[in-house]
Amino acid sequence: MFAVEVHNLRKEFSRRSLRRRSGKRTPALDGVTFDIARGECVAVLGRNGSGKSTLVRVLSTLILPDGGEARVFGHDVVTDGGAVRRLVNRVSVEASFFKKMSPVENLSYAARFYGLGIRETRERIPEILDRVGFPRSRRDARMETLSRGTQQKVALARALLTSPVLLLLDEPTTGLDPRSKLEVQEFIRDIREEHDTTILLCTHDMVEAEILAERIGILERGSLLCLGPVEELLERFQAETVEQAFLASTGRSVEDDDENGNEDESEQPLEVTT
Amino acid sequence: MTRAAIAVRHQLIGLLGVVERNAYLVKRYAIWEVTWFVWTVANTLTIVFIAKGVQAAGGTLDVKRETTVLLIGAVIWSYLGILFEILTQTVGWERWEGTIEYTFMAPLSRVVHLLGMGAFALVYGLIRTALLFGVIASFFTLQLGRADFWAAFVVLAIASISFLGVGVMTAVFPLISPEKGTQLGFIAQGMLLVVSGVYYSVSILPGWMQALAKISPATYALRGIRHALLDGAGVGALWGDIWPLLVIGVVSIPLGFAVFHRGEIYAKKHGMLKRSG
Repeated sequence: MFAVEVHNLRKEFSRRSLRRRSGKRTPALDGVTFDIARGECVAVLGRNGSGKSTLVRVLSTLILPDGGEARVFGHDVVTDGGAVRRLVNRVSVEASFFKKMSPVENLSYAARFYGLGIRETRERIPEILDRVGFPRSRRDARMETLSRGTQQKVALARALLTSPVLLLLDEPTTGLDPRSKLEVQEFIRDIREEHDTTILLCTHDMVEAEILAERIGILERGSLLCLGPVEELLERFQAETVEQAFLASTGRSVEDDDENGNEDESEQPLEVTT
Repeated sequence: MTRAAIAVRHQLIGLLGVVERNAYLVKRYAIWEVTWFVWTVANTLTIVFIAKGVQAAGGTLDVKRETTVLLIGAVIWSYLGILFEILTQTVGWERWEGTIEYTFMAPLSRVVHLLGMGAFALVYGLIRTALLFGVIASFFTLQLGRADFWAAFVVLAIASISFLGVGVMTAVFPLISPEKGTQLGFIAQGMLLVVSGVYYSVSILPGWMQALAKISPATYALRGIRHALLDGAGVGALWGDIWPLLVIGVVSIPLGFAVFHRGEIYAKKHGMLKRSG
């Protein structure tokens, strides 16, 4: 059984109005098909608006697809969402915590949702915070007083606390300083070695994809253009680097925002006009 | 432990987590809690002073009784406001903090999640309401000589079931309208109270509003609590107000969960289950 099976997955977004729907519909995922073996790390490269976050949200059961199928360890994300949610956790570009609460309080809150009681969290939270190198002196500090890199360590701790068998990483190192970035990447490697965790890494960091993943895919305007080991991609696009392969396949740099990209990928809230 | 028992245990731990998180937030925002309480006191006073004001303007009324009537209305308004606000925060606050995706992808039943918010809202609301009643009462001479506080508490507790059901329905608004949804919750609170005789008798309302009053749980809550505090009516004497509350509660709780479920599906279809900005 595959850890992740995605077949012909489709999702479109449109700008909605309470009075009328506009005609413009943008495909966020356009017939995406791939699978991930248990314990494998697959990276999906794409520009902002390419559909990476939508893919992660579908696998997290936060978005209902318009068509196709997505299964996590055999459980359908639409019809068996409860089973999927027990197996999955994620780390996103934004650490996303209750800013006034401390790391320990935030982790306790997250852990309770996965059935971890008071005694278990009292033991596991300090262990995991030690494991990600979080300073003991800051454990009761408010999240808003911590640096972005330190917050991201807590985000990794939150994901690890629930022992996910599938970890969805949505640009986990974007915006981090080089040192924090290396620490986070090191930690991701350790998780894979110590646990049998399957990882889907969505990123636009070519180097990160190359060092962490066994296979790399390129997502452009909702379509998965290719997916394979680095060597295969380089050969297919006659490129020397992953960046060149990306340019050859999409015709654009990964830094270029897709102005026609889907709304769900943008950092703006979905606009509901009246 | 059987698989079912483990699942139930996990859900109960999740419920505890929701209550615990709200308690953390109250602690972390303690200064704002005090500020908000002072504002509520001021707001309530502006209403309760009306009875004395009418008398000063030459009106003839039983000031003690009318002051108590207004106080009960204002306190229930405040209580309902707390319940609706906390339930609305199920989505609103999580969206603002950016935690909404993590919370909604966690393996906690939405019913248990909402029950956790409701349980905290009830405890927090009752404590705040008791404090508010005590503070405001110290400003006035009230007609509480025959008050049956236990009966009033029983009516409020039973009414809270219905309020929670309606509150869960209003909690869906921020899901389907991230920008204006929270305000819609306040509108629902106002609509509920205006037809329920919050500061006046329902009998003075136009006929169509009186018809709406019959299906509003606040009508029976206000009438029952006033009867208990002003006239000393016991639980038995209040049965006429208690049974409609029970019926509305039995209907509104499952209806509230069903409405929220539909709202969540809508939000998932349209990609709205995500952080703001």
